[in-house]
Amino acid sequence: MQTKRVTFGGYGVPALLVAPQLAVTLVFFIWPASQALYQSVLQQDPFGLKTEFVGLANFRRVLADPAYLDSFAITAVFSLVVAAIALGVALLLAAMADWVIRGATAYTTLLIWPYAVAPAIAGVLWWFLFHPTIGIFAYVLSRFGIAWNHLLDARQAFLLIVIAAAWKQVSYNFVFFLAGLQSIPRSLIEAAAIDGAGPVRRFRTIILPLIGPTTFFLLVVNIVYAFFDTFGIVHATTGGGPGTATTILVYKVFRDGFEALDLGGSAVQSVVLMAVVVALTLVQFRFIERRVHY
Amino acid sequence: MVEVALRNVTKVYPGGVTAVRDVSFTIPDGQFCVLVGPSGCGKSTLLRMVAGLETITGGEVALGSEVVNAREPADRDIAMVFQNYALYPHMSVYDNMAYGLRNRRVPKGEIDRRVREAAKTLEIAALLDRKPRALSGGQRQRVAMGRAIVRQPKAFLFDEPLSNLDAKLRVSMRVEIRKLQRAFATTSIYVTHDQLEAMTLADLLVVMNAGQVEQIGAPLDVYEKPASTFVAAFIGAPAMNLLAVTAAEAASMAPGRAVPSEGAFIGVRPDDLKLDGSHPGPPAGLALDLAVTAVERVGPESFVYGSPTVGRGEIIVRVPGTSAPALGDRIRALAAPDRLHLFSMAGWRLSA
Repeated sequence: MQTKRVTFGGYGVPALLVAPQLAVTLVFFIWPASQALYQSVLQQDPFGLKTEFVGLANFRRVLADPAYLDSFAITAVFSLVVAAIALGVALLLAAMADWVIRGATAYTTLLIWPYAVAPAIAGVLWWFLFHPTIGIFAYVLSRFGIAWNHLLDARQAFLLIVIAAAWKQVSYNFVFFLAGLQSIPRSLIEAAAIDGAGPVRRFRTIILPLIGPTTFFLLVVNIVYAFFDTFGIVHATTGGGPGTATTILVYKVFRDGFEALDLGGSAVQSVVLMAVVVALTLVQFRFIERRVHY
Repeated sequence: MVEVALRNVTKVYPGGVTAVRDVSFTIPDGQFCVLVGPSGCGKSTLLRMVAGLETITGGEVALGSEVVNAREPADRDIAMVFQNYALYPHMSVYDNMAYGLRNRRVPKGEIDRRVREAAKTLEIAALLDRKPRALSGGQRQRVAMGRAIVRQPKAFLFDEPLSNLDAKLRVSMRVEIRKLQRAFATTSIYVTHDQLEAMTLADLLVVMNAGQVEQIGAPLDVYEKPASTFVAAFIGAPAMNLLAVTAAEAASMAPGRAVPSEGAFIGVRPDDLKLDGSHPGPPAGLALDLAVTAVERVGPESFVYGSPTVGRGEIIVRVPGTSAPALGDRIRALAAPDRLHLFSMAGWRLSA
């Protein structure tokens, strides 16, 4: 019965081969996702004794909740600011790394390190640096007459999570930008120089358009990062406070679900976040398809 | 449109490699100068120093009366055509050509006029809205030329602009570049490793070797009187035949010419060798008995490769038509005394 065909005769072996991947996806993605969807139409009492189907009541409640809309606004501002800072700083560093020839490898390697730091650790690090009583930065700032206390000042707390989140993402962006810059042929820059464009003009009219695809890709990645991967940073630094000043969406999901025990409301928020991820992913896929031609 | 002068120009790269050593020559206003040499001879480095893309370690580069050593490429008012064309991929053909003019704040109407005029000259008027990726190699080459001519610069610099084209296009673009340069009468420097391009394009031919100038002159003068065995072997295809001979042999082949006692190189172009089976050989001149090792029939001419029955090396003889001898034939090749070139053992021409 054994043949030398490359294709499989039945479904047994192929199913066995894809089973681990399917199992992982099912257990860690499909199951929790459907649980969230299911939970979002249920209401449960705080003790978990009684569960009731309520239809879209949770959605109506959450989406009309000013605290939720407030958190959405905070998250939107947060992710845009983080993306802008992380992209800007990374591009500046990459342009400089592209400029230097000697020691570029060491410089590049050092710049990549922050990416290897876990979000919570990054949060703790910046929490220490900016701690009102023991932080070195807080101390230096007080010397300049700036009273730093992110435990009380909402703006400073927001600034702190922005700095911590952007700092971690700069290295990732840097690697992509550097690769992008180095893929621009030298002769293009030389041609532009002969064509009478100074360094700033060359950067604006030649280099920036040519790394446009990279920039767009990174923008999406950075927004996704700021939306979803910054829980650890918030948890380790501000805990969402003072008040709800730094309660970004992922943090609110955790707070409402596991601290306030509003599982239905928390599930609704998860579903909304899922929709955001799906939308961003679609944007990115569309974009990557188009980029092939460039 | 100016005279371009190089005075004792030297380039030493960090790390101590000398790419160009003490090069001096002047290109008169409006002339077409070709720098030719094997790869690594420093010709591109020299061009890039004129462009301002490489710093000048020593000496001076002058455009007209002005020494431009310290000037940025943008301030030298030169235009360059790159080997890979270096077209801006995100800009249309029109914008590629207009870029340099916009940077120099030329009025919009003037830019439009110049771009369209150049496009017409180069027959790319229909392509102005296209992006470079939608162009063929030859069209890209034309756009690169257009970008240079719209600027109306003091000098054109060409860095092997034809080497990425197929053989047929290369010939037609070569003719066109020459026509354009004549029409604009702009001083030009053209770098190539192709001796045919060098011979056909140049008013002034500069042969370079190992960072130094080997010979400067009009192409035919260089061909007729190569200054060294290097030039003799580099200019002309197939290369000149070179034979090491003793002083006595040299004296009998080329009577009346001074030959150093340690011997000399005799050079003879494949065109100047005539096949003659019966002739006993002239009283003076060169007579070589060869065994044919290879024959290349090109069509209008054939190249016969033979190894001398006495001595070593390989001799190439050009035979008109296809009536070349067969493989393994014994042949005799003759050259008149006035067709022989004499070089010292060090490789320098012994004046005739």
